[in-house]
Amino acid sequence: MGKRGIEILVGLFVLAGFAAVGYLALMAANLAAITVGDTYTVTARFDNVGGLKPRAPVRSAGVTVGRVASISLDTHTFQGLVKIELERRYSFPKDTSAAILTAGLLGDQYVGLTAGGDTEYLGQGDTIRLTQSAVVLEHLIASFLYGRAIDSPGGDSGGK
Amino acid sequence: MSTPPPRPAGAALLDLVARVGAWSIDNLRGLGHNAFFMVELLRALPAAFGRFHLVVVQLYAIGVRSMVIIAASGLTVGFVLGLQGYYTLSRFGAAESLGLLVALSLVRELGPVVTALLFAGRAGTSLTAEIGLMKAGEQLAAMELMAVDPRRRVLAPRFVAGVIAMPLLAAIFSAVGIFGGYVVGVLMLGIDVGQFWGQMQEGVDVWRDVGNGIVKSMVFGVACTFVALYQGYESQATPEGVARATTRTVVISSLAVLLLDFVLTAMMFSTPR
Repeated sequence: MGKRGIEILVGLFVLAGFAAVGYLALMAANLAAITVGDTYTVTARFDNVGGLKPRAPVRSAGVTVGRVASISLDTHTFQGLVKIELERRYSFPKDTSAAILTAGLLGDQYVGLTAGGDTEYLGQGDTIRLTQSAVVLEHLIASFLYGRAIDSPGGDSGGK
Repeated sequence: MSTPPPRPAGAALLDLVARVGAWSIDNLRGLGHNAFFMVELLRALPAAFGRFHLVVVQLYAIGVRSMVIIAASGLTVGFVLGLQGYYTLSRFGAAESLGLLVALSLVRELGPVVTALLFAGRAGTSLTAEIGLMKAGEQLAAMELMAVDPRRRVLAPRFVAGVIAMPLLAAIFSAVGIFGGYVVGVLMLGIDVGQFWGQMQEGVDVWRDVGNGIVKSMVFGVACTFVALYQGYESQATPEGVARATTRTVVISSLAVLLLDFVLTAMMFSTPR
């Protein structure tokens, strides 16, 4: 093999190595959205987001319809502010309710959407008003221990 | 012939002590020899950068020609990690964490370590055999006669190429392995694709995990290449000597990599985040 051939192959090897490093680094950092197709963003406030993580699925009737884009704290209401990316082809009524649910007993948490009966639909930047927080196991156990349904933050917030 | 003089009491004990002493001195001398060789090698390194085309040729021999075995091994290791990880994680209802498990295992441990072991077998042996045969064929002596320093001309480019190639190979191994985990976890076993990548991105840190993995593989690159060059350069110039040196390269590099891995892991990851 000529000198130039060797140089080209070595160049490819080095580039492949750096591409692999970049791939590993990008994976750890926040990779661009994986969901294909157009999305629109809605927000929901939860009293307690529990173990919800960014990029968790959003499901309606068990079908994945979007992803959690980001989670932050709303410093006015001190609620968890969850931004949700929904696929454009799915539209939901304005009075759709969102709940943080758990897949299996110890599985990962996701956002479940239950459609309401409104004739208008949620659009880009809208807020889901009816939310139900994550069930915190400690609150649940505490309410059993004391034999009464304490006003746990896991209850229905009803929106503000 | 006179009979040997009667041995004083306690001579057997003294013999034992002397043997321990001789063993220690031998080993220390070997260690010192290694250290001197390392210093000479480091002193010869700038020459390698002066003639970089020699390094490029070695990068081809060491790096490019190791790529196929590294990529194939990475893919199968990723497959197996996906299958085994899924089996255990699904018992706890945490199969979605498979991406995190695969990525962390590969980036932190398996990528650098398995790459180094394969490197010792694939590239280290060929370095040792090549240099050993150069010595047996008196090519190195001929170079010295021509006032060419074989350390600068032969050893330094190989060392530089080995140290450059190892982290790149390890990164390729990890990247291909994660792809293998994705194929098994998402495409075959049906884990949610967002959970797979999302948990991975949540749990893998660029500097702490990826960066430390690269540091590890650089250390392994220095260790493996150094052992291979030393064994080749110091081998006995006979067919048996070269064969023994090649075997020793694999044994010593593998043990060194595993031992260094323990030390490095203890230093890097022993403290919780």
